[in-house]
Amino acid sequence: MTIWLDQNSKVLVQGMTGSEGRKHTQRMITSGTRVVGGVTPGKGGQTVTFEEDPVKVFDSVAEAKQATGANVSVIFVPAAHTKKAVFEAVDGGIELVVVITEGVPVKDTAEFYTYAADSGHTRLIGPNCPGLISPGKSNVGIIPASIAKPGRIGLVSKSGTLTYQMMFELGDIGFSTSVGIGGDPIIGTTHIDALGAFEKDPETDCMVMIGEIGGDAEERAAAYIADNVTKPVVGYVAGFTAPEGKTMGHAGAIVSGSKGTAQAKKAALEAAGVKVGRTPSETASLVREIMEGRG
Amino acid sequence: MDLFEYQARDLFEAHGVPVLKGIVARTPEEAEQAARTLNTPVVVVKAQVKTGGRGKAGGVKLARSPEEARDRAQDILGLDINGHIVRQVMITEGADIAEEYYFGLLLDRANRSYLAMCSVEGGMDIETLAEEHPEKLSRIEVDPVAGLDPVKAEEIAADAGFAEADRAEVVRVLVLLGEVYAANDATLVEVNPLVKTGDGTILALDGKVSLDDNASFRHPEWAELADESRDDPLEIRAREKHLNYVKLDGSVGIIGNGAGLVMSTLDVVAGAGREFPGSPTPANFLDIGGGASAQVMADGLDIILSDPQVKVVFVNVFGGITACSEVAKGIIAALEILGERATKPIVVRLDGNAVEIGRHILTEAAHPLVTMELTMDSAARKAAELASAN
Repeated sequence: MTIWLDQNSKVLVQGMTGSEGRKHTQRMITSGTRVVGGVTPGKGGQTVTFEEDPVKVFDSVAEAKQATGANVSVIFVPAAHTKKAVFEAVDGGIELVVVITEGVPVKDTAEFYTYAADSGHTRLIGPNCPGLISPGKSNVGIIPASIAKPGRIGLVSKSGTLTYQMMFELGDIGFSTSVGIGGDPIIGTTHIDALGAFEKDPETDCMVMIGEIGGDAEERAAAYIADNVTKPVVGYVAGFTAPEGKTMGHAGAIVSGSKGTAQAKKAALEAAGVKVGRTPSETASLVREIMEGRG
Repeated sequence: MDLFEYQARDLFEAHGVPVLKGIVARTPEEAEQAARTLNTPVVVVKAQVKTGGRGKAGGVKLARSPEEARDRAQDILGLDINGHIVRQVMITEGADIAEEYYFGLLLDRANRSYLAMCSVEGGMDIETLAEEHPEKLSRIEVDPVAGLDPVKAEEIAADAGFAEADRAEVVRVLVLLGEVYAANDATLVEVNPLVKTGDGTILALDGKVSLDDNASFRHPEWAELADESRDDPLEIRAREKHLNYVKLDGSVGIIGNGAGLVMSTLDVVAGAGREFPGSPTPANFLDIGGGASAQVMADGLDIILSDPQVKVVFVNVFGGITACSEVAKGIIAALEILGERATKPIVVRLDGNAVEIGRHILTEAAHPLVTMELTMDSAARKAAELASAN
């Protein structure tokens, strides 16, 4: 098992006919993802061929779902149109909506997150995230598939490149699922959601959570771990040297006054029994010790 | 982006929120003229700075004549308030304040929603109030889809404890402030104080508004609100090149791909720096994102090398989608573009997609300034060592 995504996932790509959508659809198909259709309003009926695989384009998510039985959608449409695309996916009854697009206004995210949550049937991941991968089974988003083999580590991270770095360092041990949740102020899926799912997943033995400055998601995750998680968790937090009041690349990565510091997050995680690495490499070594100790 | 008080006042006025007349002045003479235009017995001269505590710092003064307004503006312009130099003042009418309240509507990250905070005990620093008298601060969630509608405003006004007689007008003003929030892609709309005057009018006396930078594509009018007076000149140059750059005060220039990896690189460099004399620290944050083309690399290096504090540059790239071969070509091409302007050593660590080709390109080029390291940790140590030695 894995969390949220496996070999049975049938994936739609909203914005497949754009250049980013096309490039990443090819990568997803190459890594084994069952891409069953694309959605671009006004381009229904067309077909896009990826190497040997023809993929149909539909005008709407509802139509695509009806024709293909899709249960996952990944969104590559520009920020200005992302809200509409998510609403459409939710209305279409999609179970997992993954928003890769960056630069989405937080007002739009607040609205489509609320809409998805209220629907009761859609989990949202992102926006501004690399997506998720269950190696060897399915890959939805932009995580490079060749980086790690299937295995029993579960990873959840706010950062895309740190996800890649960590998967690369632990590629030989392998991952059940690796989820990039994104670095925006409001995100659809949190560290807690992923930790809870990994705790229940019989094929995950150990979890890595990567956080960064801004907000209090890591502190909340620490409290959750203390009360609900029995599997070992290793943590990493980026942004110890970030100055107060400056946004560090991710829209949500900002220390406001004394709030949202890396120090506070590390301390909270350690108080919950989580081992926290000082560098990505040290973090990977901590995970390796746990996994090899169980070997 | 945070707005100045006068900009917030203008936004409030545009949405029908009751405010006092206010005129911005950048010189004492303009302040005198503004007071004459307002033509009220008393005016208030208020420093326009994006920081709190200006009253205590002498940044708010009453004046009873245009001449006095000029003198007070003279006193206030140029003041340093928490490191913010006052470059403009707002001249407003005086108000006959009977009661002071607080209202704020903000993005609530933790609950992924909006939060309205309201109190009939205004005029106090809100963080102090929240800490010392949490029971006096009403906190009500506002659904992002429904927004701050009259029903919600009624709930807020009732929960905060407004008198029955004031309720209808307060509700009207809260709904308008909700419109300011929604229509302008705000992440914060705060009124402190919201006041009732002697004749019962509800007025927004001082406002604080933060706008979401991600929404700038649909607000061309924001271009006029931008204020770069406090920004570092290198940050301004980087913005013009669409680079995500934050100036810090160390000596190790940093270029990387992905916000998380770059933040992590800063930390690893600072950690490695502690092992060397002078404890070198990072000079900047610079995320070149996915497309590390030669031009982007050249623009990034150019800005970092313009920082006189920089002694060494550390390029840390993990190729996810980005091919390391392209990054390597970018570094070599950037050095050609920069020519004699490139004078500092560059430590490069590449990993991931097409890393063998990338490393091969750098080895073949054998550029005298470029040192390659195989891991992030060893590269950080090398960069710190070079910064310490130079």
